[in-house]
Amino acid sequence: MSSVKDKLRAFSDSSLFLPVVALAVLLAFNAIFVDGFLTISLTEDGRLYGRMIDILNRSCSLVILALGMTFVIATAGIDISVGAVVAISAAVVCTLLGGRGDGVAETPLALAMLAAVGVGILCGAWNGLLVAKFKIQAMVATLILMTAGRGIAQLMTEGQIITVYYKPFAYISGVIPGNILPTNIFIALAMVLLVAFLMKKTSIGLFIQSVGINPTAARYAGINVTMVIFLVYAFSGFCAGVSGLIESSLIRAADANNAGLNMEMDAILAVALGGTLLSGGKFYIGGSVIGAVTIQTLTTTMYALGVSSDQLPVVKAIAVIAICLIQSKKAQEMFAAWKERNRGGSKSLSQGSGSTGTKAVNEA
Amino acid sequence: MEQPVLLEMRHIDKVFPGVRALSNVDFTLRAGEIHSLMGENGAGKSTLVKVLTGVYQRDGGTISLLGKRISPKTPKEAQEAGISTVYQEVNLCKNLTVAENIFIGREPRKHGFIDWATINKRAAELLDSLGVHIDVTKTLDHYSVAVQQMIAIARAIDIEAKILILDEPTSSLDEQETQQLFRIIRMLQKQGLGIIFISHFLEQIYELCDHITVLRNGELVGAYEVEKLPRLELIAKMVGKDLNAVKHMDDFAEKSVPQEEVFLEADHIGEVGQLADVALKLHKGEVVGFAGLLGSGRTETAEILFGAHQPTKGQLKVKGKPVQFGSPMGAMRERIAFCPEDRKTAGIIGDLSVRENIILAMQAKDGMFHHIPYSKQVEIADKYIDLLKIKVSDRDQLIKNLSGGNQQKAIIARWLATKPELLILDEPTRGIDVGTKTEIQKMAIELAKKQGMAVVFISSEMDEMTRTCSKLMVMRDRRKVAELTGDEVNSENVMRAIAGGASS
Repeated sequence: MSSVKDKLRAFSDSSLFLPVVALAVLLAFNAIFVDGFLTISLTEDGRLYGRMIDILNRSCSLVILALGMTFVIATAGIDISVGAVVAISAAVVCTLLGGRGDGVAETPLALAMLAAVGVGILCGAWNGLLVAKFKIQAMVATLILMTAGRGIAQLMTEGQIITVYYKPFAYISGVIPGNILPTNIFIALAMVLLVAFLMKKTSIGLFIQSVGINPTAARYAGINVTMVIFLVYAFSGFCAGVSGLIESSLIRAADANNAGLNMEMDAILAVALGGTLLSGGKFYIGGSVIGAVTIQTLTTTMYALGVSSDQLPVVKAIAVIAICLIQSKKAQEMFAAWKERNRGGSKSLSQGSGSTGTKAVNEA
Repeated sequence: MEQPVLLEMRHIDKVFPGVRALSNVDFTLRAGEIHSLMGENGAGKSTLVKVLTGVYQRDGGTISLLGKRISPKTPKEAQEAGISTVYQEVNLCKNLTVAENIFIGREPRKHGFIDWATINKRAAELLDSLGVHIDVTKTLDHYSVAVQQMIAIARAIDIEAKILILDEPTSSLDEQETQQLFRIIRMLQKQGLGIIFISHFLEQIYELCDHITVLRNGELVGAYEVEKLPRLELIAKMVGKDLNAVKHMDDFAEKSVPQEEVFLEADHIGEVGQLADVALKLHKGEVVGFAGLLGSGRTETAEILFGAHQPTKGQLKVKGKPVQFGSPMGAMRERIAFCPEDRKTAGIIGDLSVRENIILAMQAKDGMFHHIPYSKQVEIADKYIDLLKIKVSDRDQLIKNLSGGNQQKAIIARWLATKPELLILDEPTRGIDVGTKTEIQKMAIELAKKQGMAVVFISSEMDEMTRTCSKLMVMRDRRKVAELTGDEVNSENVMRAIAGGASS
């Protein structure tokens, strides 16, 4: 019994505890108030179907964006251009495939996808160049692409919403016949595994943290700070490129005005919910992933409860405030103190001196 | 004629997770007394001060100020009770004027508006009374650190302080500035303030203070009158060894004898605006000191040798082969290591563990795709924690929670792990307790002797330089002015070289 208790205790100390609890509470709320929330059924053509699957499907692009954003934020930077890069990537892939009504692709799908991701990386590299090499503040540097990006996407699509009729394009965010889950879930999973591999088998995590905590000391320890910062922005661009594929495949179209709109904010929020401080340093990939799923769950829940999309931001804001408060430093201190009291309740030493302290104050 | 007791701290306990930082410590301060708190790093000096100033809450014991029990919960409460602190790093706002800095947060008002005339007038009067005659309407960054320190003191005492705590106030001051500060401290003493003075400089303690309270490992060793406590005895009490052992601490190991082979040669290097001209040879197995005043170009030379700055003239040669580093990594590939002067801003990565801090340079050198496996990291970290006697609760403790001396050792460990042939130590002993200081000096000599490493030792403390180094390069005004070897290495020669002939 005690070993289970110890494990529980260790988990409650870990950085993942609060993000997981936040998500669990949200899921529990759903399970109670949303009919059939937990039901997952099999359709006739052998696909899994249900609200939970839906949430996973919809959260994929945010999860991927949050991965890139986590690294950027860990270096004490920020990338507010990812939403626009999603639009650019969507525009690239849809323009290349073309909107031919007979459902024929003008460019092979693989090539078009590669080009979209490549353009994403290019956008990230541009941000990286501005921030790492020219030392422009990250917020300003990425603001450039944030504002210009949608214009670039418009130019590519010539101001049209390009709808792609080529069927396999829908498979990116849909189910490939014979499979049971949408493909983008596998893409997101692959991205998470890639990052986990990088964390486990390379020192990039250590370098990113060092740069985020103390860039001067990192430089004196021989770390190529410029390169590390450049790489995290390039990677963030890569993530945005992949997200662009998923987003455009969901609606089978490139909508330069709306694709990835405000997603940078959701991605930053996901990272914050995951426990990574915006001031940089220590980061929590697992937390960011859970944070992204939490945000999507929240959105889906609101739709399920019949909240209109106009009012959605208000409800979302309230939920976010609650989650942020729970995770705030002050609340964590209070939580830790509460745990300490429960743990060491029998030890009179701390309690005794504590009361003398208060008495002394009263006298003074 | 005993002065009345100002402050009495009795049976103070403070526990941090896993560490008993203070246990049953007593401290008494009388009015008109300059009292020093002494102890090695980690002995509990700062913790005791922080308990007093309300930064930490004590876990047991009592504090009374003028017979009245107090229990400050925040620094502000402590200040209101009359306990003011001036920290090592001046914490004033550089872009505000002197007068604004003195009155920030408690500006006198007239009809609801800030009364600038009064502020400026009172600030000038206050500083005049301390013998500091400056323009109070200029912003703070017009003045030297020493003057800023005095402004901080002025601010502290104007808040009706009864007790003034000075935490390492002299560590960035030169001799003259220190004397000026001492004059002010003595003046405040005469006015009946109780002053707690914390410093690592023994000479200053003996010059200024009348009482010493010694702490060791969070416990009280005793409180003494300065006249009755010879220096050696004080050190013995601080490190907890008997007197004889300490006497031999100063019997230094023989200096290292340089080998024939030259490791690095700097052929009249310079950098525009940073360094005028330096030519030197570093032999293997040699401890070379860079002597000179602050700003004389010591650090600038070291940074060029490490590739952190690029020389704009001259040529560096490693083992006779011309090199251009381009970056610290370039120097590291030639097996050069550098512990920078400012431990906090350029040395430690605070939020990483001791283990990660130790393997960092090695990992950077190996490249990010040759990740050192965890087990190997542990092995390396443990080896150096053991070798350098770094005091940690465990290797995964955050480095920012170590004491200054142990942080410094961890940074040295980071570089030793890269197996360097040239180790540059820039002010490795600043702000570090006597025991660790000696350890680091000895280590520098041992590395040169046993491993044939070339070591560059930079320090502002003359006697540690003359004790440790077999060669001294003396610098003035960003250029090399003398080189002393063998018997020439002594304080007098260095002084003479620094003072110079014609230019002074």
